[in-house]
Amino acid sequence: MAATISGDGSVVFDRVQKSYDGEVLVVKDLNLKIDKGEFVTMLGPSGSGKSTCLMMLAGFETATHGDILLGGRPINNIPPHKRGIGMVFQNYALFPHMTVGENLSFPLEVRKMGKDEREAKVKRALDMVQMGDFIDRRPAQLSGGQQQRIALARALVFDAELVLMDEPLGALDKQLREHMQYEIKHIHENLGITVVYVTHDQSEALTMSDRVAVFDDGIIQQLSTPEALYERPENAFVAQFIGENNTLSGVVQAIKGDAATIKLDDGTVTEALAVKCGDVGNRTTLSIRPERVTVGGNKTKNSTDAKVLELIYLGDHIRCRMNVHGNEDFIVKVPNSAGHTHLQAGETTTVSWGKEDCRALDA
Amino acid sequence: MTDATTDTNGMALAADGTPLKKRLGQALFRSKMRALGLATPLLLLIFFCFLVPIIIFLIRGVHNDTFEVHMPAVSVELAQWDTTSEPTEAMYAALAADLVLAKETKTIGKVASRVNRELSGTRSLFTKSARKAKKLEAPYKDALIGVSKKWADIEVWKALKVSAKSWTPAYLASAVDLKYNADGSFERKSEERRIHLQLFVRTLEISVIVTVMGLLLGYPVAFLLSTLPARTSNLLLILVLLPFWTSLLVRTTAWIAMLQSQGVLNDLFVIFGLATDEDRFSLIYNKTGTLIAMTHILLPFMILPLYSVMKTIPPTYVRAAKSMGATDWTAFWRVYFPQSIPGIGAGGILVFILAISFYITPALVGGEDGTMISNFIDFHMRKSLNWSLAAAMGGVLLTIVLFLYYIYDKVVGIDNMKLG
Amino acid sequence: MIKSLLLGAAAGAIVASSAMAAEITVVSWGGAYTKSQIEAYHKPWMAKTGNKVISEDYSGGLAEVKSQVEAGNVTWDLIDVELSDAIRGCDEGLLETIDPSILPAGADGTAAMDDFISGSITECAIPTIVWSTIFAYDTSKIADGPTTIGDFFDTSKFPGKRGMRKGPKSNLEMALAADGVAAADIYDVLGTPEGVDRAFAKLDTIKADTVWWEAGAQPPQLLADGEVAMTTAYNGRIFNAVAAEDKPFGIVWDSQVFDLDLWVIPKGAPNKEAAMDFVAFSTATEQLAAQASYISYGPARKSSSSLVGSYHTKPDLAMGPQMPTAPENFATAIQNDFEFWADNQDELNERFNAWLAQ
Ligand SMILES: Nc1ncnc2c1ncn2[C@@H]1O[C@H](COP(=O)(O)OP(=O)(O)O)[C@@H](O)[C@H]1O
Ligand SMILES: [Mg+2]
Repeated sequence: MAATISGDGSVVFDRVQKSYDGEVLVVKDLNLKIDKGEFVTMLGPSGSGKSTCLMMLAGFETATHGDILLGGRPINNIPPHKRGIGMVFQNYALFPHMTVGENLSFPLEVRKMGKDEREAKVKRALDMVQMGDFIDRRPAQLSGGQQQRIALARALVFDAELVLMDEPLGALDKQLREHMQYEIKHIHENLGITVVYVTHDQSEALTMSDRVAVFDDGIIQQLSTPEALYERPENAFVAQFIGENNTLSGVVQAIKGDAATIKLDDGTVTEALAVKCGDVGNRTTLSIRPERVTVGGNKTKNSTDAKVLELIYLGDHIRCRMNVHGNEDFIVKVPNSAGHTHLQAGETTTVSWGKEDCRALDA
Repeated sequence: MTDATTDTNGMALAADGTPLKKRLGQALFRSKMRALGLATPLLLLIFFCFLVPIIIFLIRGVHNDTFEVHMPAVSVELAQWDTTSEPTEAMYAALAADLVLAKETKTIGKVASRVNRELSGTRSLFTKSARKAKKLEAPYKDALIGVSKKWADIEVWKALKVSAKSWTPAYLASAVDLKYNADGSFERKSEERRIHLQLFVRTLEISVIVTVMGLLLGYPVAFLLSTLPARTSNLLLILVLLPFWTSLLVRTTAWIAMLQSQGVLNDLFVIFGLATDEDRFSLIYNKTGTLIAMTHILLPFMILPLYSVMKTIPPTYVRAAKSMGATDWTAFWRVYFPQSIPGIGAGGILVFILAISFYITPALVGGEDGTMISNFIDFHMRKSLNWSLAAAMGGVLLTIVLFLYYIYDKVVGIDNMKLG
Repeated sequence: MIKSLLLGAAAGAIVASSAMAAEITVVSWGGAYTKSQIEAYHKPWMAKTGNKVISEDYSGGLAEVKSQVEAGNVTWDLIDVELSDAIRGCDEGLLETIDPSILPAGADGTAAMDDFISGSITECAIPTIVWSTIFAYDTSKIADGPTTIGDFFDTSKFPGKRGMRKGPKSNLEMALAADGVAAADIYDVLGTPEGVDRAFAKLDTIKADTVWWEAGAQPPQLLADGEVAMTTAYNGRIFNAVAAEDKPFGIVWDSQVFDLDLWVIPKGAPNKEAAMDFVAFSTATEQLAAQASYISYGPARKSSSSLVGSYHTKPDLAMGPQMPTAPENFATAIQNDFEFWADNQDELNERFNAWLAQ
């Protein structure tokens, strides 16, 4: 086997910067530590520099500044083919002039592996993705989902400790995509490899990952588990980007411990959890998840009048658009449970939320 | 989706009960006819502008009725002659009558030229005899032999017999250095007159070398073009195309200035001590000159199809290969190169076919061992006016090209070729 | 009323004159030669008749004429051809016959038929000049220059490349002359297979040193570029390089092969009448003599000789001695035998080409 250095599969980005043109930093200050066996997803809008990070890791782009460590060793000067990293590309990059079997045996051939061993490994990898019968087909004779599996098998066949996937499911339809998410997740669990996964689809990121790094504007906005990401977004971007979110804006009046008093733009004063609101006098954005808002009930400190503007029946719940503190796009999800409140468009009701569910973030 | 209903024999039926196959055939037929109708004007244009002239020209290579039309009487007599017995009085009489006719219609020159190609020296025999033909009297045999003793020579009559055949393999035979005899047999031409076979071989050789050199030079250039950012590659592409903006003649002449013995290149050789002033390299007016100039001139035809194919090969393939552990060379050779083969096929065929019929450049810089078959076709078109032989040579060349194309199709496959 | 009448008459006059002013296309060999024709023939004729001459170049041969006539789309009116092509084109019915009675008598009163070089007026062609194939060298490079045709074939005495026309014509004659055959016997020898072998054998001796040219403009260029030490050439081209461009070239007249150039009219020429008039005008004694002050080709009329003056830009450069027909140049001259070539050119071309390709 050729000497490759992916080692135990752990990855460290240490103050990495990248610029293509010497003017704009596409990646600004990337610090990221990925442990062996972890499934880490880079999530972010298109153009936020996710692929760039992956390409630097794979060795197809060089970091402008900073170090990338693989298995504890810096790899800045190691060419891609010596890094021993498995890779799944968005368009699969299956070699059109080779059969499925030849595609899979390619990485083994360049490692000068014997024929028998090669065949055994190819078969095992194909079985893993349930594509054993397709060994003699050409990529063009496969459906998108089948090509995806082959690409996956090809990245795994040479026993890489680290596998990179750049939007690997982007070209599939929704159903197939969800199915493949589980399969990839299972394979990851079974093999114990490290996976760095890139996507712009938040539900994909939340479903699959151990940890998610939310990218925007060349920096990681938040790095945490899917749960924390959703429950405890650390800034307005993350709150906005992950899941649905209502916002109210105002100015910080007082802070006591983790409790902040906020004066909203319509003059009302309310309580919130101080997360990233800065000091007194700063503008802040309050973030409240729709499902954490209760409709009707008694007035508390964090309740207010709300005018129902629109109702959408969605089966398991009813989506309700309201005017709350002047925000006309305030969404509330009313569960379609037995004996739930029946609202009418145009009526005024009371909405309330817990202080800890109202997070004061950056403006 | 339900399956189509089937009849008792298990044949699929359409909604109205007719067999599905038949309905499909009808539906397809109608759309095919419509498509054909739209394409008809174009097909006709292609037919009349390309195929008909080629066919007419090729027919010239096997058909020349100059003699039969202008010497009708003796042609009839010659058809019955067995080529060994003494020519009869009837043949002489018919000849005399035809000579008078040809003189009056001013066609004697054409007839004489025609026969002279079969046997040198008969031209003046015909023109001289025609001038006196009117005064000849029976017995015509003696009278004609009185005009020139050559009329008694059986070789002259054999030449007449060959000329009198309108549909004749003589020109095709001549195009491959064979001689067609009056008795219908073929023999090789005498050694000092054999030339065409050698030329066909040389033409193929030059074309192959030019194609291979074009590939060796063009591939890296096309590769570079396809990997550079669009702005730079467009600029370079213009440089590649620049030669198209100047005439072929200018480019060839530029090579003369470069390569001639007092030219730029030789001057440099002398300056750097690679050659002495008296003993400069012969880089032009020979095969070397033809090869250099043709490779340069045909290079864009190699680069463009290569470039357009390479442009469509996404860089992710090579990246994928490298991520799997392939070195730069392996990634290129096993992954990139096979995908560029359609471009090689297209560029190769294009350059080869252009090269095989190249004409101006070898004429200007080819000297003797660098001239090609087209130069001889041109010679027979413009100088010797032997259009039939030119047509026959063109026919042989076309056959060779079609044959090679067929081989290519068998080996590589025509659909494995992409022009853009 | 009167006004409109006048206008009408004026318009009529314009129409009439434009209908009468013919435009003929005259085709010739280009370069200094065509220029001499323009100066001596075209300009005076246009001035005299008000007609227009369009001058086109070609590189000889009957191919274009043949395709024009056979396609029934003749655009040329008058062509300058070599004798062999004139005879052949006439035989093949490609050319109009020209009645020699349209030719004016010589300036000294000699009848046209007696004034032209004997036998040179043929059924379809009227001669203009005598030109010849000679060989030339660069006097600045070879001090003690060659003097005989034998020197041309002697690369040990005069080392260096040779230029020759790519074709058997005149090369075979010169080769035999160099091999010792007298001018008068050349075509008798060449008519035998042994004679042909002998000529090719002589050519073999310099084949490796020979650069072959095709167009008449090439030999002076080859000499000037130093590509060859000596080259055969048309005498007028070398003269022009010497007289007009001051090139240091010398001409060796020994065993020159001379030939005629003639006017012919393609069958079905669009402006046949005007072309006939042009032929008669341009072959008059004065015009032929005038042409000789632009290029060193000999006039086809004997009566022109006494009128030949000096080079048009150099009054002290007498043209008489530059002519192929000048007595001191003419002693060993070989006259091109068109009949021999008409009979044998197919075979000799083929053999020559095969010989070249070997
Ligand atoms: N090869 C390149 N040259 C120049 N700019 C690039 C290149 N690749 C990406 N970029 C720029 O870098 C930014 C980040 O790109 P990318 O990493 O592909 O984002 P993502 O994968 O998150 O969509 C984008 O603005 C993109 O235009
Ligand atoms: Mg991307």
